[in-house]
Amino acid sequence: MRQVISEYKNHKDVTILKKKPMILHSPKFSNIFLWLSILVIIFLGSCSIIPGWITPYTPTTMQADQILQAPSFKHLFGTDYFGRDVFSLVVYGSRASLLVGICAVLVSSLVGSALGMIVGYIGGFMDVIFMRIVEIIQTIPSILLALALAAAMGPSFVNLVIAITISAIPGYARVMRGQILSIKNRPFILASRSIGTPSYIIFLKHILPNSYSPLIVMATNGLGTAILTSAGLSFLGLGVIRDIPDWGLLLSQGRNYLTAGWWIATFPGLAIALFVLAVNIIGDSLRDYFDPKKRIE
Amino acid sequence: MLKLLINRCCTALFVLFGSLLAVFSINYFLPTDVVDSLSASNASNPEIAENLRKELGLNQPFYTQFSHYIIGILHGDFGASAIDGEPVIDKIITQFPATLSLTLTSILIAMIVGLTLGVLAAVHQNTVIDYVARVIGLFGISMPTFWSGILLILIFSISLGWFPAMGSEGFSTLVLPSITLGLVGAGFIVRVVRNSMLEIISENFIQTLRAKGLSERMVIYRHALRNALIPAITIIGVIIGDFLGGTVVIETVFARKGIGRLVADAIIAKDLPIVQGVVFFTAIFYVVINLLVDISYSVIDPRIRRQIGR
Repeated sequence: MRQVISEYKNHKDVTILKKKPMILHSPKFSNIFLWLSILVIIFLGSCSIIPGWITPYTPTTMQADQILQAPSFKHLFGTDYFGRDVFSLVVYGSRASLLVGICAVLVSSLVGSALGMIVGYIGGFMDVIFMRIVEIIQTIPSILLALALAAAMGPSFVNLVIAITISAIPGYARVMRGQILSIKNRPFILASRSIGTPSYIIFLKHILPNSYSPLIVMATNGLGTAILTSAGLSFLGLGVIRDIPDWGLLLSQGRNYLTAGWWIATFPGLAIALFVLAVNIIGDSLRDYFDPKKRIE
Repeated sequence: MLKLLINRCCTALFVLFGSLLAVFSINYFLPTDVVDSLSASNASNPEIAENLRKELGLNQPFYTQFSHYIIGILHGDFGASAIDGEPVIDKIITQFPATLSLTLTSILIAMIVGLTLGVLAAVHQNTVIDYVARVIGLFGISMPTFWSGILLILIFSISLGWFPAMGSEGFSTLVLPSITLGLVGAGFIVRVVRNSMLEIISENFIQTLRAKGLSERMVIYRHALRNALIPAITIIGVIIGDFLGGTVVIETVFARKGIGRLVADAIIAKDLPIVQGVVFFTAIFYVVINLLVDISYSVIDPRIRRQIGR
C-alpha cells in the first residue's frame, strides 16, 4: 500500500508539480543574473574607489560651450546645464552614495543584531520592554524617522549615517531576536547546558554560528534599502553638501531640467536602480544558498 | 474576539503614547527650534526671540511641555502651527484626502498586480511567467520611487502628453503617482505571495486534495491561495502604513498636496506641533490597520479563530 501511495505521489510530482519546462527553464539563467550583478557591484565599487581611471573628465569642470548636450560618444550620458559631463558626475558621485549606505548597513546590522541577540537570549522583562520600544519606532515610517533625525542633527556625513542607522536598527533586532528565540530551546542547546557549559560559550559556539545566515541576507538587502533612503534624503535636500553631488542630489537637480534634457535626471537614477537591483539579486541568491530546503534540491 | 480587541486597544494606546514621546523628545533635544528658523528670516534681535520662546512655552522643562501637549490632545486640541498659527488638525484635514486617495489607488494596483503575478508565478514555477513575475518583483523593490516617477513623467506626460506631470486635482493627476507607488507595493507582494504559495503547494494536504480528484483550479484558488494569504495580508498592512506616512518623496516628485509634504516642510522649518500632529495621525492609522490585519487573520484562518475563541 505504502509503495502504491509513494508511486502515486511521484507520478503526481512529475505531472502536476513540475509542469513541462518552457524556455528559460535552466538553473543557469538565474546564475547569469547573479554574475551580472556581481559585475555591476564591482564596476560601481571601482567607480567609487578609482573614479579618475574610469572617466576622462573631471566632474567639476564646466565647459560653457557644451551646455545641455545630448548623450553622444564624446559625452556618454550627455552634459548638464553647467556643461559638466554627466557620466563623470555619476562616476564621481558613487563614492558619496555608496559610502553612506555601506557605513549605515555595517553599523545598523551590528548594533541591531547585537541588541536582538542580547534581549532574545536573556528574555524576560527586558525582552518585553525592548519589543515595545521596537514597536513604537516602527509605527513611524522609516523615511519619516530618517528625515526627522537628519533634519534635527543637521547635514553631515556622520549624522546622515546615524539617521539611517536608527531607522534600520529595529528590523535587524527583530529578526535576530526571533532567530535566537527559535534556537535557544533546541535540544542540542539544552544538552550543552545540561553538561555544564558556561552561557557565553553556548552563545558563541552554538547559538551564533546557527543564527548568522538570516543576518547576512538581511544586511545585503538592507544595503539596497540604505542606499535608497540616503538617496531619498539627498533628493529631498537633506543630504551632505559637497562640491561633488551624490546620486540623489544629481537626480533632484536634473528634475528641474526634465524638458531641456532628460538625461540629467535619468542616468543618476539608473545608477541607483542598478546598484540596488544588483544588491537585491545577490541577497536573494544568498537566501537560497542558506535555505536548507533549497540546498537539498 | 472581544478579549482580542480590548487587548489590542490597550497595546495601541501604549504604542501611540510612546511614538508621541519619541517624536517629542527628538524635537525637544534639537539644537535649534522654530524661533531660530523664524528669526533667521526676520533677522530679529535675541530679546524678541526670547519673548517669543516664552510665549510659545518653549522655555519650560520637558515634562511640563509634554504634559501640556498630552492634556491638549485629550481635549481634542492638537495645537497650532508655530509658523502661521493655523490649527494643526485643520492643516491635516485639508492635506489628508490627497494622501489617502493616493494610498488607496496605489494599494489597489499593488494588490491586483502582486496577487495575480505571485500566484501565477508559483503555479507556473520556472517558466517565463515566473521569471517575468520575479523580475517585476525585483524591480519593484529596487527602483527608487523618485526615479521611476520621473521616468513616468518623461514618458507619459512630457513625450506623450497623456497625463499631467504634477498637481493633485482630479483623477488624471492620480494615475502616474499611484502607478509609481503601486509598483513598489506590487514588488513586495509578488515576492511574498510567490514564496508562500510555493511553500503551500508542496505541502501534503494539497497532494491529498489532488488525490481526491479536485480540479486544479479548486486546489489552487480555493485551498492553496487561502492558506498563502496570511503573509500577503501582513505585508499589505505594512505597505499601507508605510504609504500613508512615507509618501513624502512621491508627493515631492509629483508636486502633490498631502501629509507627506506637510510633515517634510514642517520638519525642515522646525514647526514642532505639525510634526507631532502628523506622526500621531499616521501612528493612529498604523495601529488601526494592524488591528484590521489581526482581525482578518481570524476571518481567513479558522485555526486562529478557534484559538481566539478559546
